[in-house]
Amino acid sequence: MQQFSVDAARALGGPDWLVARRVAAAEAITTAELPTTVEEVWRYSRIGELDLNRFRPVPVEELNEPGDERAPGGGPWALEVGAHAGMLVVRDGRVVRHELDPSLEAQGVRVCDIATCGVDADVQAAFGSVVADGADYFTDLNDAFTPGGALIWIPDNVVIADPIVVLHWCEGDGEVSFPRTLVRMGRNSEATVLERFGSPSTDHLVDAVAELIVGDNAQLRYLSIQEHGSKTWHIGLQRAHLGRDAHLKTAAVALGGDYARLRAEARLDAPGAESEMVAVYFGDQNQMLDFRTLQDHVAPRTRSDLLFKGAVEDTATSVYSGMIRLREDAQKAEAYQTNRNLVLTKGASAESIPNLEILANDVKCSHGSTVGPIDDEQRYYLESRGIAPQDAERLIVLGFFDDVFARLPHGGLVGRLRKTVIDKIDRGVGV
Amino acid sequence: MTNQSQFEIRGVHATVAGFEILRGVDLTLGGGEVHAVMGPNGCGKSTLSHTLMGRPDYTVTAGSATIDGVELLGTPTYRRAQAGLFLAMQYPVEIPGVRVGDLVAAALTARGSEPSETRLNLEAERLAVRDEFLTRGVNDEFSGGEKKRVETLQLAMLQPKFAILDEIDSGLDVDALRDVARRVVAMTQEDGLGVLAITHYARLLEELKPDFIHVMMAGRIVASGGPEIADRLEAVGYEGLAKELGVTELTVNKPVASGKFEDPTIAANPFADPFA
Repeated sequence: MQQFSVDAARALGGPDWLVARRVAAAEAITTAELPTTVEEVWRYSRIGELDLNRFRPVPVEELNEPGDERAPGGGPWALEVGAHAGMLVVRDGRVVRHELDPSLEAQGVRVCDIATCGVDADVQAAFGSVVADGADYFTDLNDAFTPGGALIWIPDNVVIADPIVVLHWCEGDGEVSFPRTLVRMGRNSEATVLERFGSPSTDHLVDAVAELIVGDNAQLRYLSIQEHGSKTWHIGLQRAHLGRDAHLKTAAVALGGDYARLRAEARLDAPGAESEMVAVYFGDQNQMLDFRTLQDHVAPRTRSDLLFKGAVEDTATSVYSGMIRLREDAQKAEAYQTNRNLVLTKGASAESIPNLEILANDVKCSHGSTVGPIDDEQRYYLESRGIAPQDAERLIVLGFFDDVFARLPHGGLVGRLRKTVIDKIDRGVGV
Repeated sequence: MTNQSQFEIRGVHATVAGFEILRGVDLTLGGGEVHAVMGPNGCGKSTLSHTLMGRPDYTVTAGSATIDGVELLGTPTYRRAQAGLFLAMQYPVEIPGVRVGDLVAAALTARGSEPSETRLNLEAERLAVRDEFLTRGVNDEFSGGEKKRVETLQLAMLQPKFAILDEIDSGLDVDALRDVARRVVAMTQEDGLGVLAITHYARLLEELKPDFIHVMMAGRIVASGGPEIADRLEAVGYEGLAKELGVTELTVNKPVASGKFEDPTIAANPFADPFA
């Protein structure tokens, strides 16, 4: 594939360290094959439908320079997220605007484009370190072609109340973009990061990678919202490493896209680390929403909790495949995982595959999953109050999601997200 | 207060999973009246309430049920509710995430009424429903008493013409039973609510003081009258009364259904002494 050649990767330019990384990754790609559904992590997916040849990387001349303010979404989206401490606007994977509260800048916080803001050796070392282990085809592809990406670097002891937002707009028809995010939380720091992805209804492939490094005793709340147009494909990897007594809360909301996949992983590297993962997803029409999660307990006395809730209607499908891994040293660890799915119409389907791999002998662990239609008794109860079937269904589905909405790290967008869910329910063809 | 509303049930036959449970039920209720339907477990009492409300797996094979001339049978459940019927369920289902306040607001909106938080809070106070239950999911981890108080709260908020209380006394302690019954009695007097109370215990009758008592056996009303019927039942029990009436069948010995809508009263021992 000419468009993904080593030369094409090299031509993207930028600092030497980044070019060297790109070239190495592009070389790895030249001999690699696209994954297939034979691999467990791609089972049930639509990877077999992907013809990478149809997509070309967004060329340099179309990426535009930092400071380009034509990025749609920056305006209304920025308003919707409300007060924020910093913002990055990313168009087709390229950071086109970044801003940060000056008082935070003075404390050493960095919110900028990795490719252009003159990062030091620490940042260079951190970049790619989280996803290096077991990199797959799409991680390598992102490594080879990312224009740079969003850097959110929080020094030790810095506490930020308002969120830092990253607004991604992916629009090139027939193009593939490579958004990249690196969040690094220093010791005892606290912050909220909100990433929001959107696209018009263009034939676009997003290959996104987010690395989250949560240092000792740091707290990160991270929310990613995916509201792509109906033809967009999204293949995302989000992986976190947690230090001693670090606390990470990640939330994913997935509503858009044609095929949209998120692999969300947290590795608990040191005692006392805690990870909480929640997600809301709603697929309609012919969408497929695909989640692969990993709660990876390396150290003793670590804790993880996961709650993913989804609904599908029309002919949409969803996949949830979750792994809890408790390694040999993870004694006294606690890990919980729950996946619940509502299947609202006969043509829709949901797969739920929980997995456990327990190598330690003194742990607490549970997992559960459900897939089913709206409970007839619940529907009858509401209808017996005079509520019409469609309104009853809407109440039940919103009620089903509400405990996750209540747990989102940034509540400001809940009203809007609920509205999108309501629109999807109301658009549905019904049973 | 009484009003002109009429709830007329004529010759209702109904089947569940192909088995006939109701075998010709006739009842007439007027606004403001309190009727009690008593009968042994398995006689079809709960089936009557769900048949009238239109539970999807209950099939009406004959008969009619009208409120002020509007036919209910054959229409969807929510239409029956909007026509003025309410069913306080014996086993109210839990709906996590759907708050009681939201349910009531949606139900009021559906019948063209204005939701009122002030009125909701007032009713909650009258029924000793604590604020937290208004913002929790419907029946979500409620105790038996809380469930029945909240059923009654919904009844009071929705102001139907007729309410069926399906064993509203089950799972209630004495205080809750009194609170619920007093609120219902007040509605009959103040709003002209007509009540069809289904029970097999006499305790509820002491509080509700029904105007009419009907005894149901094997899917039919076999006796109707005033409070003297309850006294007779107290004295001789269902079997004794059946003998006096020359009724041979007390219950419908339906095979226990395996579907989701299994009627729990059918599975219970049909010959248990209801006053034990």
